[in-house]
Formats: sequence, C-alpha cells, structure tokens
Amino acid sequence: MLQSFLPETVAGHPSVCLVEGVGLLIGFAVPSVSSSRRRDPRKDGEDVLFEPNAWIRISRDNTVTIIVGHSEMGQGVLTALSQIVAEELEADWHTVKSITAPAARVYKNPVMGSQMTAGSTSVSSSWQTLRQAAAQARQMLVSAAALKWGVPLAECRASRGRVLHLPTERQLTYGELVPEAAKQPRVRKIQFKGHESFNIVGKRMPRLDTPDKTRGMAVFGIDVQIPDLLVATVIHSPMIGATLKWFDPSHALRSPGVSHVLQIPSGLAVVADTFWQAFRGAKAIKASWDEKTVLELSSKDLWGRWRHLGERRGRILRNDGNTLREISRADKIIEAAYELPFQAHACAEPMNCTAHAQPHRCDVWAPIQTQGMAQFTAARIARLPVSKVHVHTTFMGGAFGRRGPDLVAEAVTISKSIGKAVKVVWSREEDMRNDFFRPASYHLMKASLNNKGLPVAWLHRIVGPPTFERFLEEAIPAVFPDWMPKALRSALARPGSIFIKNFITPKLAGEGAAGITYSIDNVRVEYLRDDPGIPVGPWRAVDVSTNTFAVESFLDEIANSGGHDPLDLRLELLRDSPKLSRVLAVAADSAGWGRPSPEGISRGLSVHDFHGTAVATVAQVSVEHDGKVKVHRVVCAVDCGIVINPGIVEAQVVGGIAFGLTATLKSKVTIRNGRVEQINFDSFPLLRMDEMPKVKVIIVPSSRSPSGIGEVSVPGIAPAVTNAIFASSGRRIRRLPLYTHSTD
Amino acid sequence: MELKINRKVYVVDVDSDTPLLWVLRDNLGLTGTKFSCGIGACGACTVHIGGVPTRSCLLPVEEVGDRDVVTIEGLNGSVGERLKQLWIEEDVPQCGYCQPGQIMTAAALLLKSPRPTENEIEACMSGVLCRCGTYQQIKRAIRRAVEES
Repeated sequence: MLQSFLPETVAGHPSVCLVEGVGLLIGFAVPSVSSSRRRDPRKDGEDVLFEPNAWIRISRDNTVTIIVGHSEMGQGVLTALSQIVAEELEADWHTVKSITAPAARVYKNPVMGSQMTAGSTSVSSSWQTLRQAAAQARQMLVSAAALKWGVPLAECRASRGRVLHLPTERQLTYGELVPEAAKQPRVRKIQFKGHESFNIVGKRMPRLDTPDKTRGMAVFGIDVQIPDLLVATVIHSPMIGATLKWFDPSHALRSPGVSHVLQIPSGLAVVADTFWQAFRGAKAIKASWDEKTVLELSSKDLWGRWRHLGERRGRILRNDGNTLREISRADKIIEAAYELPFQAHACAEPMNCTAHAQPHRCDVWAPIQTQGMAQFTAARIARLPVSKVHVHTTFMGGAFGRRGPDLVAEAVTISKSIGKAVKVVWSREEDMRNDFFRPASYHLMKASLNNKGLPVAWLHRIVGPPTFERFLEEAIPAVFPDWMPKALRSALARPGSIFIKNFITPKLAGEGAAGITYSIDNVRVEYLRDDPGIPVGPWRAVDVSTNTFAVESFLDEIANSGGHDPLDLRLELLRDSPKLSRVLAVAADSAGWGRPSPEGISRGLSVHDFHGTAVATVAQVSVEHDGKVKVHRVVCAVDCGIVINPGIVEAQVVGGIAFGLTATLKSKVTIRNGRVEQINFDSFPLLRMDEMPKVKVIIVPSSRSPSGIGEVSVPGIAPAVTNAIFASSGRRIRRLPLYTHSTD
Repeated sequence: MELKINRKVYVVDVDSDTPLLWVLRDNLGLTGTKFSCGIGACGACTVHIGGVPTRSCLLPVEEVGDRDVVTIEGLNGSVGERLKQLWIEEDVPQCGYCQPGQIMTAAALLLKSPRPTENEIEACMSGVLCRCGTYQQIKRAIRRAVEES
C-alpha cells in the first residue's frame, strides 16, 4: 500500500512518500522497490544498521555513510552533498563516509527526469530533498533516545553525532541508538535547522575524495578490476559516419593475447587479456570503410554557408518591441558577427566502460554522468528488465558533458557476445575522433543606438547545430517509470524526440542569449538550425559558452561605439538586474576598474547568468611585442546562493576559467574531408601551468537557495580576455581561438 | 623479466616492447599511474626511473633494465610524503586523474633541486596537463613544500 503525505513544513515540495512495511523513502514521487530500505535493523555482517532512507546509513560504530546519487567528476559533489546531509543530520563530520549510489529511481535528478549529473544541478536539485531526508533521520534518532531514557522529546537535542538529554546531561551516540532508531515510526513534521546554526554547510570542509586521489588509490573507470576480466579496444570509422565495408581480422587474431575480433554497431572491437595487447591487435586489423558519402564534409565550408544563412530570419526565441523596424529606421546601427569552433571534451581519462552481461543480470562499472540512460541502454542490449541491470559508478577523470551511454552500449554488446566480463578502453585518438563536440556557431549581431549611445534595439541571430539532440533515444525511455514495459518506453522515444526537437532544443540553443536582462526596449533573438552532420552534444556550460561570447563582445562594441565605459554601460543597462549588477560592481572594484593599471596591462570584463548563478569576470591582459596575449590575472565574482563549501566553489570557478581559457586561446576541432583533424593533445592543446593566470574568486554572500557552480565561470572568460585585447590594442577578436594551427 | 618497482622485485611475463605503463597497470595492478594520451604529451603516466621522471606510456619495459622504478604507490620518502600531505591540505585534486603524474613530477623536481624558483617550478610542471585547471593549487602546494622544508 502506498501512502503519500506532505509534511506541513515542506508544503510545496511534493515528494515525501511512505511504503508501508517496507521503509521510508523521501524525495521522489514513485518509489522503486529496488531502492527501498527495510525499517527493521538489518544485519550486514556483524553491523546493525539504521537506514532511514536511500541516502543515509548509520552503523553501530557511529559511521554515517551518505549515499550520493550524483557522479563525482571532480566538481566535489561527494563532499558538498554530504555536507548538506551531515548538517541537517547533526552528524559528527569525522565519522562521515560518502559513497556513490547505484542506479535507482530514488536518485533521479528532478531537473533532468532521470538519474543524471548535468547542468550544474546537483546541489540545487538535492538541497531540499537531502535536508528533508537528514532532518527526518535526526528526528528519529532523537525520538529513539527519548524513548530509551523515558523522557519528554523536548528535553532531548541532537548535536554532532549524539543525542543529549539536556536536564541530566546524559548522552547517547548515534551508533548506540541504531537499533531503537530503526524501530521509530515515520516523522510527519519535519523541523529544519535554522541557517544561523549551520556549522558544516558553508565551511571549507576538506574534500572526502582528496586523500585517495592523492595517493593513487581512487578507482576510476579505467582502473576497475574484477576476476577474469578481459580488455577490449574499439576501432571506429576514421571518417565521421562512414560504414564498414570489409575487414580482415586474421593478423589481429594472431597478435599475442588477442582472443576475439568482433564487428559491433559502432565499429570493430578487439578483445585481449590486456589493453596493450588489444591496442596492438587493433593496429593489425585491416579494414576498409565506405567513405564516399562523407568526404565532402569539411568544417571550413561552414563559415561561408552560415554567413549566408545569417541573412535569413530564424526561429524567434524572444521578441520584445519591434527590433527589425527600429534597426531599419535608426540613424546609428552597429553590426558584428562572431564565429566559434567545435570543441572537444578532452577528458583526462579516455572513454571506457566495464560490463558483465549474464543471462540473469548485467553489471556495468562506468565513469558515467547518466546512470538512468546507462541502465536502460544496458537492459535493451542485454535483453533484461531494467531492474536486473546494476550500474556501479566509478570516479571519473573529467566528464564535462561527455560521459553518456555510448560506451555502455559497446561494453554490454561485447560482453554479451563473448559471454565474459570485459573492460572497453578507447585510445586517446579514438576518444578525440569519436567525441561529440561543443557545436560550432555563427552569431550575427545588430544594434541601433540612440543619441546618448545607448542601445535601443538588439538583434542576435544564432546559426548552428542544436546541442541537445544526442542520446534522445536513450534519454527519453529513461525518464518514464519502471512499471512501463521497455518496449512501450522505446516506442515513445520517437514521438518524444520529435517533440523535443521542435519545442525544447531550439530554446536551449538560445541559453545565454534569449534571457539577457539588459534593459533594451527592443530585443530579438533568433535561432537558425543548421546541422551539417558533425556529431555535437553538451560541453561544459553548453550554449551559454558560445552565446555569452557574442553577447558580451557585442556589448563592448556598443560601449565603444556609443562612447561609454564598458562597466558604466553594463551597470546602466543592468539597473533592473540587481544580482548581476552586484557581482559586476564587486568584480570591477576588486580588479581596480577605472584606476590606472600597471604598464602594458589592460582590462576587459563580462557579466552573465548561468542557470541562476550570476558571474562577473575581469581579465587583466597584456599583448606582447610578437602579438602573443598573456592573461595575467582574473577576478571572478559569483553569486550562487547559499554556499555549501567555499573551497569547492573557488576550485570550480578557477577550473572553469582554465577550461574556458583553453578554448579562448588555443583549442578547436576542425573536420576535413570527413575526418576529425585533432586526435591528441599535440593538435588539441590544453592550457598549461605557465599560461594559467592568477585567479581571484569572490563569493558574493546570499541567502538564496543554492544554484550551480560547476560550469558557471566557463562562458565569461573568453569575452573578458578579448575585450581586454581590444582595450589594449584596438583589435577586436570575433573568432576563437586566438592561436591556431590550421586556417579553418 | 625482472623489474624493481617500489623496492620490490617483480617477475613479469610480457612482450618486451610493452610500454612500462601497461605492465604496471594491467600486469601488476598498480593502477595509480594513469593512461591519458599515450604519446608522452600529458605527463599523467609519469614515474621515476633511477630517480628521473619518465613518461611510462612511451617506454618499452625492456629498456627499464635493473633501474629502480617508483610509482605513486611507492613514493613514500620524506619529499613524497610531504608533497602528498600538502596536496591533501591544499585540497588540490578535482577529478584527480592527472594528480599522480603531477605529484611524481613535482617530487622529482624537489629531489633534484630542493629550492626551485617560481620559474623553475612553472617550467617543470608545465609539461603535465590538467583539464580541471588545478594549476594554482598545485603551485601553492609545491611552494609550501619549498618554503616549509
């Protein structure tokens, strides 16, 4: 029997459910049996456990294990989400252990519709759910103590892993209360701690994963070891989308250690005892691909095509006033176009996945951001119910939007075919060639200015392929509930993807462009979809990364054309956007905007919103005699609401600036005759330590519910740097990256 | 073939042209040393061979000979332990994947020259790539190791 209730204190958060006789589950709409917990104390070896819900497990030795439903990809989520739980649970931080959850409905990301770590939503989407779960557990522990002592509840208080009886100063540890707490009835009325009494949230708690990562003990996907594990590597078409014509496996099969050569839907898999044997076997394969259809595909041809397309009108994403009329009759118009290339994820850890597909169950060990999709993909290929697929999420060497279900498909396919556990590891070259890239895009901008030099009308026309149409066939079925038959969920994928392509992905292409809050009477933002067939997908900061470059560069051009200081103009136009104007003023002041800068140094700035987090970036740059640009110092001010861990916030902001600076200065992906031209870090160079500026992060205090931090600083750095270059040299950069090996 | 790794002798049966990286990872289970680029361009696979920082992804195992190999798992002299401690205190890692290579490179630098200048630190460490951008924290940890030694 399923009962649902809403505690008074959390009305409006529609998700506290009780499965009678099975356990207490908080924070989701439809509980899944696989994730439910027994209310009775459970024997786990010698330990009796108190498992009030899917996120918390307390053992007799006082260890508080926090089960984190998001993937740790470097953004600190194991620590940050554990801090939220530990705070509300009144846990002793020294006894807290954090583990990554299995794939299960209960861990669904409500923003994404399935279990997924994306969009910088981990903290914002978990904040309320985890606080509820932890407060409920705390109240059950307090009730258990009151019962044990036979004293009124009001005389007891939880504090740092203990319950105290205030009048007598007696105390019991959470561990001592485990058996009684597990028998406590559900708590109807949840009482949250006041923010003023927080002593874990908002503190620089050391990251829980740092010691293992420092000692080389952290297990990444590529490190997974299970008995009798074989290793496979996959060769894909060297051209985008070419099909295999024939192959000769005989040399590979004679190569030491190689046991199988298989044709799979995505290419050819070579299976061996070790990676090196598989890699060497793969080199010995002779294969021919049908390249005729793709040889025409070259990214350099896109720019001419997109300039031409940019003259047409696109789909309207925002239309305030009458921009086209204002521009057609204005005395002063400025116009500029910006061009941004494809970008690779270039995660430090190459793509990999381990699977063991058996007749009765399938296990997947994966460095993955999308457990929901992984589970559905594995179930489809292994021909098993979704509940028989067990996804074990490992640490991952970067993700940045790349780690979707394609590797799961390969690993399960190979394992099922050979009947053994297999770890698929791609070479770096396969990783780069078979990435899906941050889309290239073309931005046509026009504005009319009044006689004070202020913009009256603003046109932003975006041309390029849509980011979010990858993996829809996997993503849509993963959103539907488990009780729906797999076939029905698959069948719904097609109409679902038509809906998404028509109504959702065009909107997402305008993120960072359509939502600008500059006070301009006439704003028109359009999107022209043009998909040349180069694989694209989400990349850290998604379309905000490209759109912000166009918006913030063009605003600088308007300031220059209208005779305004770039800061003053922005502050004037942000007069109705207090959050953005505040971070901007803070960053500008800290960077010494308006005061003389050191000899040869000039400053540029940008301001933007990323999913509710306000970000302002000021870059201090010099242009050397040889034209080389050096970024000396960056000040970045953020308002991300309540901060869980300032150290993690700072690290994410600094890291995002490094990521964005790589794309500003040096990296891009080009396609020539159907081939990806950049296949390793020699041709896709990453920012090095000697190119890293000193970054100062300022967290603007806020009592708002938390918003995200993992991606927020990526978009602002490129326009801040190029605006500084303009201030220094009068040279306006409208095309990135600044340095490049090829001419595309 | 015999290999001296982290002060232990291992006997391995592998093809002599197998890169040391894959012997460590696949044959000996020493997975702290990471594979990332496979062309010696990123430094994630750095180990010490006879005290010299070396990219193990390019080095055929037969060329190791009788020299001592030290990996992140065996880096436990005073410099190595100090660096690991500072890495933890400064909370350097994000994804953490490149960090064994960063620490091995930093340790080799400090073992050779205990008081490197800022420029020497940058010149040495710039060969080890970090996609998460932890350079600022890495530099701080190394600087502390120098200043507090």
